[in-house]
Amino acid sequence: MDYKLTFLKYRDTLKKNKLLGLKCNQCDAYTAPPRKVCRECGSEDMEIVTLSGKGEIQTFTVVYVPPEGFESPFVVAMAKLDEGPWVMGNIEGVDPKNITMDIIGRRVTVSYKELPSDKISGGERIALTFSFLD
Amino acid sequence: MRQVAVVGVGMTKFGVSEKDQLEMFSEAAMEAINESNLKPKDIQALCLGNAVGGLSEGQTVIASHAAAEIGLQGIPATRFEGACASGTMAVRDAFIWVASGYYDIVLAAGTERQTVSGTPFATRIMNTGAHHFYESPTGITFPGMFAMMAHMYSYKYGIPLQKLKEQMAMVAVKNHKMGALNPKAQFQKEITIEDVFNSIMIATPLQLYDCCPISDGAAAAIITSADVAKKLTDKPVYIAGVGQGCAGGLSTQRDYTRLIARESSAKQAYQMAGLTSQDIDVCELHDCFTIAEIVATEGLGFFDFGDGSAAVERGDTQIGGKVAINPSGGLKAKGHPVGATGVAQIYEIANQLRGNCGPRQVEGAKVGMTDTMGGPFASVGNIILKRGW
Repeated sequence: MDYKLTFLKYRDTLKKNKLLGLKCNQCDAYTAPPRKVCRECGSEDMEIVTLSGKGEIQTFTVVYVPPEGFESPFVVAMAKLDEGPWVMGNIEGVDPKNITMDIIGRRVTVSYKELPSDKISGGERIALTFSFLD
Repeated sequence: MRQVAVVGVGMTKFGVSEKDQLEMFSEAAMEAINESNLKPKDIQALCLGNAVGGLSEGQTVIASHAAAEIGLQGIPATRFEGACASGTMAVRDAFIWVASGYYDIVLAAGTERQTVSGTPFATRIMNTGAHHFYESPTGITFPGMFAMMAHMYSYKYGIPLQKLKEQMAMVAVKNHKMGALNPKAQFQKEITIEDVFNSIMIATPLQLYDCCPISDGAAAAIITSADVAKKLTDKPVYIAGVGQGCAGGLSTQRDYTRLIARESSAKQAYQMAGLTSQDIDVCELHDCFTIAEIVATEGLGFFDFGDGSAAVERGDTQIGGKVAINPSGGLKAKGHPVGATGVAQIYEIANQLRGNCGPRQVEGAKVGMTDTMGGPFASVGNIILKRGW
């Protein structure tokens, strides 16, 4: 079976501010980021769906020593989407120096930012971004 | 499967090296070969742990080049890559190859030179351990992944972050104390909790002294059948059990305090050995960051989940405590040349079981264990060793 939701398709749709994922036709679970089989039951029988793009912060860090090509400080967090999957992104629109553990559990909405490629990135890069809803 | 032993071990000093990965490898390998009373021509296969040599030094096909350094030609030379777990994977496969009866004498080794990359590029290289499309573009770093583990640990178990940070700092203090007793350690000086709190922030809540260094180094071990071992040494160290497990990126895991890869790997190793965590006298485990040691001591079964941080405070992980954790100084003080680390752990445990460790000796140690974890908690290997005499 063809790879259903490739990174290319995911990325091009994300640039229209739509977060794509996969819904399993066997167990109804959602899978994101995309992969070949359902994260719950392992079935390939999934369909592409648009996710709500809303979720809740589970954990985070403020990075002060960045990889080459990044400027610190910046916030990296894991958000649990309302449909269930966990995704990694950058919290935007805040001063990283003010970020504390109080943000765990806060509601966020998902968007994206584009990054230039580097020699080992395998092409153009895109990252999810999170903004607080409340 | 037949009984398998570690006959001889070798290791360079860890730290900042002017020698390249192949030169360091050959020093460690020849030390292990000489200690085993063997010649290079006796080696039937090479299993080499190396994580990022293609990026750091532009060296691919590294296992073949390494074999050539010590005059080996025509034998299979294979690179194992699972980021920080690479060396353990090499040892585990060497064990399986010998246990199966296919080979009698295999050289398992690891080598890595990362200081040459400088911090920004070394950090970018390690960032490739996350999923390259869906995670790395956030700029997540290795310290950052474990920083997210620390925040989750504090939140899940209701331990105030400042309290947890003090307990984490005690891990750093303990491992530096041990490193000060290890002539092969990168850092051979003691530090205080205040030193940890006064160090620069790397990724909240991890400060500089919560983190292992970027390092250069190599280590090697000769793996043979027990029959061969008995002819070469009167102190063979038997490999009692091995395990290896995997998991995907951080988005595919949900609880960074309960690691799928480690719990699977450790269970395999304990089952094969017919032992439990209660039987382990000494353990070299993956303390790339202070929180990582705490979570590892729980995942390996030494302490209840959520109690690993308090265990540090109680002194349970010191020599003379419930189980001696990282008497070598661990990755934290000994250093962490990524692909070499798992083999360096074998070096320490073999020497502990043989009673060779001087001021950091765990008295009477009969059973030891190693644990390494690579990538976003994505690759874990465990080896259980016991005295064969």
